[in-house]
Amino acid sequence: MRTDDLIGALAQDHAAHPKPQPLRWTFVGAMAAGFGVAAIAFALTLGIRPDVASAILTWRYDFKFVVTLTLAVTSARFVWQLARPAADPRSAGLAIAAAPVLLLGAVLYELWAVPASGWLPRAIGSNSVACVVSIVLLSIAPLAAAFYALRRGAPLRPGLAGAAAGLLASALAAALYAAHCPDDSPLFGAIWYTAAMALVTGVASAAGRRLLRW
Amino acid sequence: MHGEEAQWADWMRAANAGGSEAYRRLLAALAPFLRRLAAQGFARAGLGTGDVEDVVQETLLAIHLKRQTWDADQLFTPWVRAIARNKLIDNLRRRGNRTELPIEDYANILPAEAAGEELSAREADRLLSILGGRQQEIVRAICVEDASIREAAGRFGISEGATRVALHRGLSALAAAYRSVEQ
Repeated sequence: MRTDDLIGALAQDHAAHPKPQPLRWTFVGAMAAGFGVAAIAFALTLGIRPDVASAILTWRYDFKFVVTLTLAVTSARFVWQLARPAADPRSAGLAIAAAPVLLLGAVLYELWAVPASGWLPRAIGSNSVACVVSIVLLSIAPLAAAFYALRRGAPLRPGLAGAAAGLLASALAAALYAAHCPDDSPLFGAIWYTAAMALVTGVASAAGRRLLRW
Repeated sequence: MHGEEAQWADWMRAANAGGSEAYRRLLAALAPFLRRLAAQGFARAGLGTGDVEDVVQETLLAIHLKRQTWDADQLFTPWVRAIARNKLIDNLRRRGNRTELPIEDYANILPAEAAGEELSAREADRLLSILGGRQQEIVRAICVEDASIREAAGRFGISEGATRVALHRGLSALAAAYRSVEQ
């Protein structure tokens, strides 16, 4: 194949599809759709907890959204930086530390505010298995959406991009599940939410190495 | 270099606004740049420049298929360099694997060495031969035999729209074929 002929063919293909959708809109659109599907699934199955009106007045309930949404925003930026070949992902990667730092602060406060005898019951909570399973299942649609966008992108590090997508998807899933979850202690969140997100992130990283090469 | 950057970014912006002639000029201007980068990479790896054109073509294909990942407010040259480096690494890695493959597997599909045809690559031809039926025929007609979409449509008796779709899928499949060799 002569390079000139290849260029001719690529130019003809470009003429047939002259305006590929910018990756930004693919990413935004896919994530909105993925989160929308997860939100509908959440509303139809788990739903927001019945005592939300009083729960929303407690800092522990609200703080679950602060941490999960902080993680969602920072990991979305990380995915976006990893999706394009010339973008530098380092500062976006460092910013992901914000959510764990917030969570650590809340855990330390909880350990100080709650007597030691209350630590274990709060950490174990009322339904940790449902928490992990729900977050993993709610991650599926946002994760598929992030992978769809990344496959149109060009991640130089497919495994890392997959992991970042897993973090983003599971943070969105955790933010949804938090609205249902009766356990509000940061001790519970630090263990079970983190376990679910680590599981999704690990699987997504392995999947990324296979599916996100280009 | 700064002149090139401004000119290339202008062409890419014009291409994204629908200008296919600007796009052709851009790719034609990029080819020697990519050739130089690939030759430097091969030299650093202690290899001759015999298969440089393979990398040039794979990089051009990747630039084409991933052109939506360039932001108009971003520098263009670093974006091209990042893609070129990635494809060079893929090629070198594949080369490492390939030395372990028995040559007999390829003997019957390797084209004869075309002396003096230095701007032609063999790897794409080999990969084209493992693509499926109609896509392969159309990519071959347009990429190798320099047919236009209209001519190819006439030759195979299908609509121009179907030819465009087959060309695009064929180019994507060709890019995927490079990856499958590596695995």
